[in-house]
Amino acid sequence: MPSDQLSATHFVAPVKNTEITVDAVRIDAKPSNLWRDAWRDIRSRPTFWVTAVVVFVIVLMAVWPTLFTQVPPNNNCLLANSNGGPTSGHPLGFTFQGCDIWSRLVWGARTSLMVGFLATLIGTVIGVVMGALAGFYGGWLDSVLSRLGDIFFAIPYILAAIVVMSVFSQNRTPLVLAFAIGGFAWASTARVIRAEVLRVRQADFVTASRAIGLSRFRTLLTHVMPNAMAPVIVVATLTLGAAISAEATLSFLGVGLGSSTMSWGLDISQAQSSLRVAPMALIYPSIALTVTVLAFIILGELLRDALDPKARARR
Amino acid sequence: MLGYILRRVLQVIPVFFGATLLIYFMVFAMPGDPILALFGDRTPNPALLQQIRDQYHLNDPFIVQYFYYITGVFQGDFGVSFSGQPVSDVLARTFPVTLRLAVMAIAIEFVLAITIGTISGLRKGKFFDNASLVIALVFIAVPVFVLAFLAQYFLAVQLGWFRPTVGAENGWNDLWLPAIVLGLSLYATSMRLTRASVIDTLNQDWVRTAYSKGLPRRRVIPVHVMRNSLIPVITNTATNFGVLMVGATVTEGIFNVPGVGNTLYQAVVRGEGPTVVSFVTVFVIVYVLVNLFVDLLYGLLDPRIRYAK
Amino acid sequence: MTTANRTPLLSIRGLTVAFDSGKTSRQVLHGIDLDIHRGETVAIVGESGSGKSTTASAIVNLLPGTGHVTGGSIVLEGTDLTSLTQPQMERIRGRDIGFVPQDPMSNLNPVWSIGFQVKEAIRANGIATGRKEVDRRAIEVLQQAGLADAERRLHQFPHQFSGGMRQRALISIGLAADPKLLIADEPTSALDVTVQRVILDHMASLTAEKGTSVLLITHDLGLAAERADTIVVMNQGEIVESGPSREILENPQHPYTQRLVAAAPSLASQRIQARAEDRGIQHESDLATTEPAIVVTDLVKEYKIRQGSFRSERFRAVDGVSFEIPRGHTMALVGESGSGKSTIAKMVLGLEESTSGSILIDGLNVGRLTGKEAFALRRRMQPVFQDPYGSLDPLRSIGGTIAEPLEVHKVGDAKSRRARVAELLDQVSLPQELASRYPNELSGGQRQRVAIARALALKPDIVVLDEAVSALDVLVQDQILQLLADLQSELGLTYLFITHDLAVVRVVADFVSVMERGKIVEQGTVDEIFANPAEEYTRRLLDAIPGASLPLGAGAVESGA
Repeated sequence: MPSDQLSATHFVAPVKNTEITVDAVRIDAKPSNLWRDAWRDIRSRPTFWVTAVVVFVIVLMAVWPTLFTQVPPNNNCLLANSNGGPTSGHPLGFTFQGCDIWSRLVWGARTSLMVGFLATLIGTVIGVVMGALAGFYGGWLDSVLSRLGDIFFAIPYILAAIVVMSVFSQNRTPLVLAFAIGGFAWASTARVIRAEVLRVRQADFVTASRAIGLSRFRTLLTHVMPNAMAPVIVVATLTLGAAISAEATLSFLGVGLGSSTMSWGLDISQAQSSLRVAPMALIYPSIALTVTVLAFIILGELLRDALDPKARARR
Repeated sequence: MLGYILRRVLQVIPVFFGATLLIYFMVFAMPGDPILALFGDRTPNPALLQQIRDQYHLNDPFIVQYFYYITGVFQGDFGVSFSGQPVSDVLARTFPVTLRLAVMAIAIEFVLAITIGTISGLRKGKFFDNASLVIALVFIAVPVFVLAFLAQYFLAVQLGWFRPTVGAENGWNDLWLPAIVLGLSLYATSMRLTRASVIDTLNQDWVRTAYSKGLPRRRVIPVHVMRNSLIPVITNTATNFGVLMVGATVTEGIFNVPGVGNTLYQAVVRGEGPTVVSFVTVFVIVYVLVNLFVDLLYGLLDPRIRYAK
Repeated sequence: MTTANRTPLLSIRGLTVAFDSGKTSRQVLHGIDLDIHRGETVAIVGESGSGKSTTASAIVNLLPGTGHVTGGSIVLEGTDLTSLTQPQMERIRGRDIGFVPQDPMSNLNPVWSIGFQVKEAIRANGIATGRKEVDRRAIEVLQQAGLADAERRLHQFPHQFSGGMRQRALISIGLAADPKLLIADEPTSALDVTVQRVILDHMASLTAEKGTSVLLITHDLGLAAERADTIVVMNQGEIVESGPSREILENPQHPYTQRLVAAAPSLASQRIQARAEDRGIQHESDLATTEPAIVVTDLVKEYKIRQGSFRSERFRAVDGVSFEIPRGHTMALVGESGSGKSTIAKMVLGLEESTSGSILIDGLNVGRLTGKEAFALRRRMQPVFQDPYGSLDPLRSIGGTIAEPLEVHKVGDAKSRRARVAELLDQVSLPQELASRYPNELSGGQRQRVAIARALALKPDIVVLDEAVSALDVLVQDQILQLLADLQSELGLTYLFITHDLAVVRVVADFVSVMERGKIVEQGTVDEIFANPAEEYTRRLLDAIPGASLPLGAGAVESGA
């Protein structure tokens, strides 16, 4: 096979002075793991800071409304002011019923965030527990929990919430509303985390821990869950945006919280009838709602990019 | 393939019964008088109350009630609405309108999502991509009822391009505004999925091998990229269907389109509990069936399932 | 014929390639000079990161991601490929230069049939027109590549083919247009060893018949020596040595090449003789006095596999296996994929239950222990797994990972554990600072060292190494094997070494059991098996080792350990 007529030259490159080290250890300046790298990535993006400021302002509005407006949102409605324009102390004007738009905007933040946060908490906790157990233990537990998830998934959570709130019409508290939304939204979180747990479970470090003698449950808790949490953070943030949107939609339809509470969705619903005459009463709460939901969604996307292992490899 | 079909159908059965049972459970297994609760603040006339009580067999154990209900469903009987009409009649009357609206909305959604998503994916990181991503995020964040109002105000009232409400004239041509609103509310998630799918497929080894054969770009992209990346988008329509149904409810309500969604909308807004429950059950059944259909379609599109070893 | 008359088919001069990330540009090829003559087979050999695949991709302008040629020339029969437009390059691809990629599964589009993908290549390069002609040519090409029943295969999909069949399909696609040059990028690395040989033989005869030049990219020096006329050795984006393959093997001059030759397992076999003599084992009878650490008797493992939707079949992954491992020695369990060797490893480690049979560790029956006893037994044996990138918890520091066995078995206090971690890092030759670092800062070889340190934390008697070096580059592999040998003699460890690579077995083991489909086909000392294989399967495995048949010159042996 080898032929003497072909390239007969034997070329040797000049030898460099350095020793040929095999597999030298290179230690970077700072220790890094998934979370530290993610933080470094996210804090370098200007969008993150803009979003963080917006979220901070909205949370502040929810926690400390009087910082933003002295006008009580409900008690001060004088029909005389109906559909009036901006005046001093009332920067955005008045609604159809003569209530201060800005004041209702500020107080509405509390409702949205409270319900949104509670619903997300409920949905995420249920989803994580179900998904993790299903993914880790497999077998019949997985079949049962997955089927259960499918059943809940089959009912779009807003429709389910409508039904629940219709049944609990005497009892429209934020907690009930949060359960109505979160109690059905858990199914998609469960799917995400089940997939992630399945992936992590295959890794050799999990088998190695079992070989050391760690019990299955402790392996799940200490090795699998921390490594599966990254997508959960992302999903939870996005769910928060969706829950806020859901609360507004339900309030708009009249099955949210009671009519005496402040809700952006309710305001939009009430401003419907005078849309032609006084559109701003509808547009202002719409903007507030959109900006809030957008802020959380953008945050969720940034987190997803920062925590994406493929993106990490590129850095 | 046959095994796949069988397995999917078998999976649907517990989900079907489970979901309808769950709704029924939420309504009727709670303490208190469910019928009165469903009527909320309103006082119904006693004759109607009795009729509905009979309809739901409230004196029987819960599981028997459910049994009556589900056998009724299989016979096309979904109960009676607040106004006394059988729900199935209402459905028959309103379904065609909603079908038109849904078809138009899905068409708008697909056309926008696939074209913009593909171009974005192929030009990842460039201006078009960044711009379309930002716009998509805004559309995801704006709740559908806000979008509807803004469209109504700016496009119909201010600019006069469309009629602000639809009403009795609800043929294909009259449904443009609600269809656009509904389509736009759906397009953003589909577009992002298309884009991600295109980017993912572009990175696959077989694309490079296709180029190494000497194939030009104008062949590689449609044959080896698009064909593969569209599969997840199609399957996503199934899960997106829930969003479609909720969106249709709100849009039909705001634009006064006399469809199925509007009936549900009116029932919700007026606090007519029993009608709400009936219609939501119908929606859920449709959702489950659409999911099954799309799953089977997926089996046809993916040779790994169609010609399983 | 003198070399002066023959101008090369392909001539690369001063090729430089860079990848862009953000605003910075990183050069990966630093001036490559290469010639390929008509009918010649040239192999580029190198470890990962050497730039061998990058060079191959640059020739056909298919660099991944942001890669691009920054300088130099690639001249194919008078045309500089770097100066061509896209349409011109498309004409060259397929027609003048064919490409066979590495991974047979991911390189075929799963939604189109094999026939479709082959016919595409035929049509695009103008080899045939009209449906009948194209079909005929497609069948012809698949048959030439060794696919029997080609006409039926045309309509099948990639997932219905085995790995070897897919690779044949890829080869037929590469050769469909009778190109002048075929670039084969690690064409058989993803296949079982016996399949590798068959496919490479076939490819060699095809190219010899047509007079096609071949550029073979590989990490395996033995394979390169066997298949190529000329070897080019690359390291870190540069060519360090090149020349006729025999000469490179017998007389490597650059220090890097020398290390490569010394470390290549298939070529380093002769070192073992010396080692075996050192340890005084020439024959099995020498070991009559050592008691066995592990005794496996009639081990069986059955699984229920779901067939289709409803039926399930019983599948015997391990079918009546028996062997013994004397204390302080190494037994290699060799087999191709699906032979059951990893399943045996899991059962020995107590991670899976056997269906029947017994495993005795120092006389204790693994299957008959209580929870507490089983827990205590774990201290005596520990694993090291194959995938360095999955064997360490990414969210735990290195020190935490190594200390975990100590924590779980409640050995010592925090201070003594830290001291022990330091001691272990020393034993595996890793710097102390790594204790507070995380796995993603380490390379594959370094991670394996950490895995070894973790395995040694509890001072076990037995270490089960499941393909522990299979994912490592040759020089790194050599280092790790050396480390394992040193640790064995220092600590008196018993190794159960699972591998698919018979060449590595020669370097590292005293005894070997050859497995095929769940059964042990042949067992004995390494010398006996390698010198006189009794079974047909063992002979096939031995023959399949690339480069095993090449005689070694004095140069290689001297430069070895």
